[in-house]
Amino acid sequence: MIESISDLYSPISAGILLGGLYAVVALGFSLIFGVMKLINVAHGDFAILGSYLAFAALTGLDLDPFLSLFIIIPIMLVIGFLIQKYLLNRAMAVSMDAPVIICIGISLILQNIFQIIWSPLSRGLTTSYSLESYNIGGVTIPLVYFLDLIVALIVMLMLRYLLRRTYLGKAIVAASQDRRAALLMGINNNQVYAYAFAIAMACAAIGGVLIGLTFPFAPTSGMSFLIIAFGVVILGGLGSMVGTLIGGIVFGLAQTLGGFLFGIAAQMFVAYVMVLVILGIRPQGIFGR
Amino acid sequence: MKYSMSKVNGEINESMSEGTFLKVNHIDVFYGSLQVLWDMSLNVNPGEIVALIGSNSSGKSTLLNTISGLLRPSNGNIQFGGKNIESLNPFQIVALGICQVPEGRRIFPDMTVLDNLLIGSYNRGARPKRGRNLKNVYEHFPILGMRKNQMAHTLSGGEQQMLAIGRGLMAEPKIMLLDEMSLGLAPIVLDELYKTLREIRQKGITILFVEQNVKRSLKEADRAYIIKSGRIVLSGTAAKLREEDEIKKAYFGV
Repeated sequence: MIESISDLYSPISAGILLGGLYAVVALGFSLIFGVMKLINVAHGDFAILGSYLAFAALTGLDLDPFLSLFIIIPIMLVIGFLIQKYLLNRAMAVSMDAPVIICIGISLILQNIFQIIWSPLSRGLTTSYSLESYNIGGVTIPLVYFLDLIVALIVMLMLRYLLRRTYLGKAIVAASQDRRAALLMGINNNQVYAYAFAIAMACAAIGGVLIGLTFPFAPTSGMSFLIIAFGVVILGGLGSMVGTLIGGIVFGLAQTLGGFLFGIAAQMFVAYVMVLVILGIRPQGIFGR
Repeated sequence: MKYSMSKVNGEINESMSEGTFLKVNHIDVFYGSLQVLWDMSLNVNPGEIVALIGSNSSGKSTLLNTISGLLRPSNGNIQFGGKNIESLNPFQIVALGICQVPEGRRIFPDMTVLDNLLIGSYNRGARPKRGRNLKNVYEHFPILGMRKNQMAHTLSGGEQQMLAIGRGLMAEPKIMLLDEMSLGLAPIVLDELYKTLREIRQKGITILFVEQNVKRSLKEADRAYIIKSGRIVLSGTAAKLREEDEIKKAYFGV
């Protein structure tokens, strides 16, 4: 097991950095859940859509994944806006369940599109730097793990700024706290939801690029990231961007330390057990209201 | 949209009716298949303070919510400045200058006092004026200025009501609809709030408020309507209504 404390440096650093990736995927999920009380079960698949789009840009246009985000993010913003405005807003007016069912449908459609276009084979975003790693204090850490955390910090700060300092952001927060009062303030809730979903899709796309750089992915990979996003959001608490980042890191740590202590097969198990434990001690999550 | 003060030396200028601000014309409102408002008509003239008085579940909140666009009447129409507004969306109604301070305040609990006020100025017409309006609100309610960075849920009931009214003022309203402002508040706090309403009216904002307390409402309003089981049963100037025996019947006969 552990011979010395320095054995832990590797899983700890890996856990923190990986946590960044989980946080980016979870941020979009948290936004939709927090604002519209909608569990977007297609969120993981939208992230993988980002991965596949980056893959297409890489193989077809020889475009670096981060550069291809300049194309992918606008595409995902538009797709997200249209889906919420013309599909999910109408579903939400019908019942609480209708939007979830639609998201299940979207998930299936996406997975099958991936399979048709790119086959069931695993893919990855291989770039000049995707296999590089750094050696710090005797610990070897892949470069992409650092990128995961840095990007997570940037996305989290940008979202935080949006929610706190812009009228749209305040409207998103207001609509999540009291729908009817938001309407009475002159907020067009449906429009606000559409913008929120668009932003969430952009976050998913960024998450997808990170996923593609960090892991191999396949048409059905979305499901695992959906469940991770769920766990991270529960851990960090709804409505807090910082909470989601911390939640991601805690989740990542639980996974890597669990894997280190109990074997690779147990890593996700340990992470989810920890989610349950936190849920039992503090149901609203670490930073939850 | 032009309007002018219609209250001169305590008398209502009746000839203002052609420029009538808000006119509710014979509306029926249903919740599903349950009718809650029957053939309801009322008007509010520019610069007036009008009360809609009734007990619980008499339909008074329903009327305000219909004016605000949260509900649609199935018959009749609602006019504001001569324009039909009954099929507009709530955010469009706010943009026209009709702002509701809802029952139970409904402030945003996990936003700061300042953010609550700022979100009040969300509609496009109000945004450029937010600096001036914020200063205005702090003059009416200095306590809000002192607590501006506190979370709204930490405020007392009276302070939350001030915040709700302040939030309404941020929307640059031409007319404010207040739903049961007095609920759960001490008389001393109420005195302050009614004083503020009078100040708001002095600045040219028309007021329609909904209340259960007949006596207090008739003291503060120029005119009033009495609503019972979804119908207007009595209306007139406050002075005239104070004389009516019917008032007591309408109020106690729930």
